Amino acid sequence: MTDQSGPSTTRRGFMKAGLAAGGAVAAGGAAHAAGDPLITEVQEWAQMTGEGVDATPYGLPIRFEDDVIRRNVPWLTADPISSINFTPIHALDGTITPQGCAFERHHSGAIELSKGDYRLMINGLVDTPLVFTYEDLERFPRESHVYFCECAANSGMEWAGAQLNGAQFTHGMIHNMEYTGIPLRTILEEAGIQTGAKWVYVEGADASSNGRSIPLEKALDDVLVAFKANGEALRKEHGYPVRLVVPGWEGNMWVKWLRRVEVTDAPVESREETSKYTDTLEDGSARKWTWEMDAKSVITSPSPQMPIKHGPGPLVITGLAWSGRGTITRVDVTTDGGKTWQQARMDGLSLNKALHRFYLEIEWDGSEMLLQARAHDSTGYVQPTKEQLREVRGLNSVYHNNGIQTWWVKANGEAENVEIS
Amino acid sequence: MSKFRKLVICTALGSALAAGPALAEKLGLGRPATPDEIAAWNVDVRPDGTGLPEGSGSVEDGEMVFSENCAVCHGEFAEGAGNWPKLAGGMGTLADEDPLKTVGSYWPYLSTTWDYVHRSMPFGNAQSLSADEVYAIVAYILYSNDLVDDDFVLSKENFLDVEMPNAGNFIIDDRLESEAHFWNAEPCMENCKESVEITMRAAVLDVTPEEEGEEEAAAEPAAAEEAAPVETAAAEPAAEEPAAEEMAAVDPELVEKGEKVFKKCKACHQVGEGAKHRTGPILNGVVGRAAGSAEGFKYSGAIEDAGAGGLVWTADALAEFLSNPKGYLKGNKMSFAGLKKEDDQKAVIAYLSTFK
Repeated sequence: MTDQSGPSTTRRGFMKAGLAAGGAVAAGGAAHAAGDPLITEVQEWAQMTGEGVDATPYGLPIRFEDDVIRRNVPWLTADPISSINFTPIHALDGTITPQGCAFERHHSGAIELSKGDYRLMINGLVDTPLVFTYEDLERFPRESHVYFCECAANSGMEWAGAQLNGAQFTHGMIHNMEYTGIPLRTILEEAGIQTGAKWVYVEGADASSNGRSIPLEKALDDVLVAFKANGEALRKEHGYPVRLVVPGWEGNMWVKWLRRVEVTDAPVESREETSKYTDTLEDGSARKWTWEMDAKSVITSPSPQMPIKHGPGPLVITGLAWSGRGTITRVDVTTDGGKTWQQARMDGLSLNKALHRFYLEIEWDGSEMLLQARAHDSTGYVQPTKEQLREVRGLNSVYHNNGIQTWWVKANGEAENVEIS
Repeated sequence: MSKFRKLVICTALGSALAAGPALAEKLGLGRPATPDEIAAWNVDVRPDGTGLPEGSGSVEDGEMVFSENCAVCHGEFAEGAGNWPKLAGGMGTLADEDPLKTVGSYWPYLSTTWDYVHRSMPFGNAQSLSADEVYAIVAYILYSNDLVDDDFVLSKENFLDVEMPNAGNFIIDDRLESEAHFWNAEPCMENCKESVEITMRAAVLDVTPEEEGEEEAAAEPAAAEEAAPVETAAAEPAAEEPAAEEMAAVDPELVEKGEKVFKKCKACHQVGEGAKHRTGPILNGVVGRAAGSAEGFKYSGAIEDAGAGGLVWTADALAEFLSNPKGYLKGNKMSFAGLKKEDDQKAVIAYLSTFK
């Protein structure tokens, strides 16, 4: 029996397994004189029966995949109750993020709020302030759209230089789901927006009461009051039963456990839009209202957590690209640190403000590579290098780092997060 | 937007005539919010003072309220504890390599501080402060930042008179201009540079967390062999004996006093029925139990090691720990300044001993 679980699939396990010694171990096709015993001998699973239906009424990934999980970086925050973890983007493919491993960000912990206890209030500059129950929301016309949600601090630790070794840690504050919900516009119209309205202020029901101001124009454009993701109810950690979806804009505005939308004539200037999520520039001044997430991309494999295990020969390079301003039109990939670039193959649908998967299939000669990807979006924006970003913003911005990422793939297949000239 | 308004205005009954999108038609869902409901939730405070309730609080009162409710994480002088936010200091550092962004050095509006303290603090006990207490805490934070004198009293009336030093230092998103060169650039595809050097490596810094999958896989067989449960079972009876002794000698007055002292602990620790782990572990049964043994709580390595090494939270051990949490066990993550008074230590331990 061959058990593929555990250590052999993790980065460190791989390194320990001594693959450095040439890297030519082919996993499934080892040639035995008498043939592969997995084929020539009758295996247990081909003889005995497996689990019956209902063994797991709600299925979890098979145990061999138990290293594909959210991870956090404990030194980042004082306490996991007000913290963030990271989507294992290195190990996923396609574009949809399963809810169970989609990153979490809480300011006062993930609360349990039942549908029965849920209330949504619309107040402020409206004709009739209204209260809705969850059941009321289910009676509005609804829509489904795929959008990415990226924390403004994604890649934030990389502003000053290469820090964390893994696409999960450098770029994993992102997920991409199909949301079902009601256009916020519909709900605001139900209350009747009054003259003089310019903003909405949205807040959550948890103790942090995370609140953000959103221009009315955006609120009436594509913002959703969502209650389903990837076809099923939102998870507790993503704001069950109702969260706000603010397509293309920084994740902090996607208020979870949404309890109130206040129509106002001015922004509230809450903590999260003044002291946090503002970008400090080199001269000490700060940008605010930097809501749109700039176009960005990252190679998810190979990467530090996804070393090349198969040695030279056919190699699939793949990654994700996204833009808060529209669709991704093109991704360029370099294997030599930017001396030459080639266009990657864009896969699947090109969706507005959603993740887009790209592939570049090459014949790897087994020599070192410096891998980078560069995204282009439908507004003509081209993803800048980290150096180009620093020239404009300095080193202290913390948020909104969309610079080009470099992985140094060594001859033994291991990869490392580096910066290059 | 004007088009939108027009649509809203014609919500009338007669619009069933397919005259354009049906989205302006009201569905009659929901119910009107009552004035009391709106008052309960509509508490945000804006830079122009909109939303501020009547009330006032002095720096002097603020010092006490802050010490009781905030200092555990933010330090007695708002200077911050551990990895928790620093609220004071950092003036003139914003252009430095490592800027210190505090209420004094960074926050542009005082209303933000009032609003946030009132709605979201203290951590673990939000919305428990009165308006006067919030005014007092905000006054104390201003004082800690040298922005007001020690006899200052903050009130709804003088709120807008306070000037925040960094108010004028924010600009609205200007990426479309300042970063215009990122648009419509046709990037180089061939012969883009002569040479490439690696200038920085993450592995050298080595701050990436270990992968848990590996550790878990290694831990699994041990659990299956039931070695672990036997160990805990052995530790528990031994630990319970001293607890029984303590219980016999509990003084009701001391317990009552301890309950008051425990307020300082409440932001992070719960006791009693239905208690849950918060920032700190549940403290039911803590007196007399092995250190680091509350099930389901992620302890620091320091506490775990001490527990494994045989440390039991006897009244004496707890008193010593509480008198100087940082010094007692290096590397433990309880960011609490400690209880200096022996009476307070005794009282809170007596109080805790009533929770089995």
